[in-house]
Amino acid sequence: MSNTYYEPSDLRKFGTITEWSEELGKKFFDYYGSVFEEGALSAREKSLIALAVSHVVKCPYCIDAYTQDGLKRGITKEEMMEAVHAGAAIESGATLVHSVQMMNKYKKLSM
Amino acid sequence: MQLKSLKKRDNVLANAKRQLEVLSNGIFQDEELPTFRSKLKTLNLFPLQPKTLEILQINVGYMCNQVCAHCHVDAGPDRKEIMTRETMQQCLDVIIETGAHTLDLTGGAPEMNPHFRWFVEEATKVGVKEIIVRSNLTIITANKKYNDLPEFFKKHKVHVISSMPHWTEDKTDQQRGDGVFNASIKALKMLNAVGYGMPNSDLKLDLVYNPSGAFLPGNQAALEIDFKKALASKFDIQFHHLFSITNLPISRFLDYLIASENYEDYMYNLVEAFNPAAVNNVMCTNTLSVSWDGWLYDCDFNQMLELKVDSPVQHIRDFNKETLSKRTICISQHCYGCTAGAGSSCQGTVV
Repeated sequence: MSNTYYEPSDLRKFGTITEWSEELGKKFFDYYGSVFEEGALSAREKSLIALAVSHVVKCPYCIDAYTQDGLKRGITKEEMMEAVHAGAAIESGATLVHSVQMMNKYKKLSM
Repeated sequence: MQLKSLKKRDNVLANAKRQLEVLSNGIFQDEELPTFRSKLKTLNLFPLQPKTLEILQINVGYMCNQVCAHCHVDAGPDRKEIMTRETMQQCLDVIIETGAHTLDLTGGAPEMNPHFRWFVEEATKVGVKEIIVRSNLTIITANKKYNDLPEFFKKHKVHVISSMPHWTEDKTDQQRGDGVFNASIKALKMLNAVGYGMPNSDLKLDLVYNPSGAFLPGNQAALEIDFKKALASKFDIQFHHLFSITNLPISRFLDYLIASENYEDYMYNLVEAFNPAAVNNVMCTNTLSVSWDGWLYDCDFNQMLELKVDSPVQHIRDFNKETLSKRTICISQHCYGCTAGAGSSCQGTVV
């Protein structure tokens, strides 16, 4: 067993999750594969969305995977960083929009 | 960025045997990953054998005006290996005898060989259908004596294939050296000016994309669209096709992979991306590679690993079509580079 929660080489073993639940694992990977195919959005656009979400959900495996995927597609570092900021803006916005609730509660409880 | 070849620096990886050891040790020795041979055997694809010879790829010398970080030839200004006119003549004799339709000239910078123009002229005279020159572009602007190369190429209808790892300056210079991007743009404009790469022009200008780092190339068609859009909008440059080529883990790229601690992950990526469909069309099945001193190899990569053809005929002067056609292609783990994803060859993807 590793002494850390995250082991970079575990990413290579992602596929082995099907060993303990073949049906669900297969369904997941089929779905995953279909999601990232060219569609109304290009595979390139989806890669940038995945990179942004990887940061928002703070998944180190996903960040490794989609940084590499972006490089393969010729995506520039400027594009990658802008995508991460888009994710970060939504995440911080999600926090800040709750402050309306705080303001409401504050007003309700105050004379 | 290094300005000298591995050979000049006495780097251990300048030694082909050492490279082959690296490629067979560690993860492959432990059987963590299958060797290329065992992978082919599992799929009943072993041994690899040649089909009809179509392309004679000739490395006319390792001298180059650039020292690219990923170069599998370990080429550079300090390399002195240069093909003689006599060996070139032997290559021409072979191409006439075999009827191979393509003469693919590579290096180093092939234009730096003093007999380069003579060779192209002679090849035209004997009616070689297609003459390819793998030009690094910057040679065209490097010195006055090379400035007329676009005109020379045009005169002989040479098919120009040039390296361009990205449409941005930083990524290109990172791989190929400071100032390479701007010089390449200038050279591409010179080629466009004489008609190369223009829509419907029969003066063919294709670009080669090699990833500038430890990752595999993405979809060739998608990259071609991005390259065309960027080069046209930013620099008003046109070209025909983009060939995406995977960097093989040998020579300077192997040195880089090891130094940056990317070697194992890269080999995993290559093995994971193994595509049996690519095996049938790997370039070693229709190409023979000739070194500056006339030795024969299954491909330019095997040439750099000093893996001569496994045949009683090993030199261009002794060429025998029949004998060579019975050979088995020499393989090692670097071959995973040509079978990953959509495959990789000097003409881009193969699937």
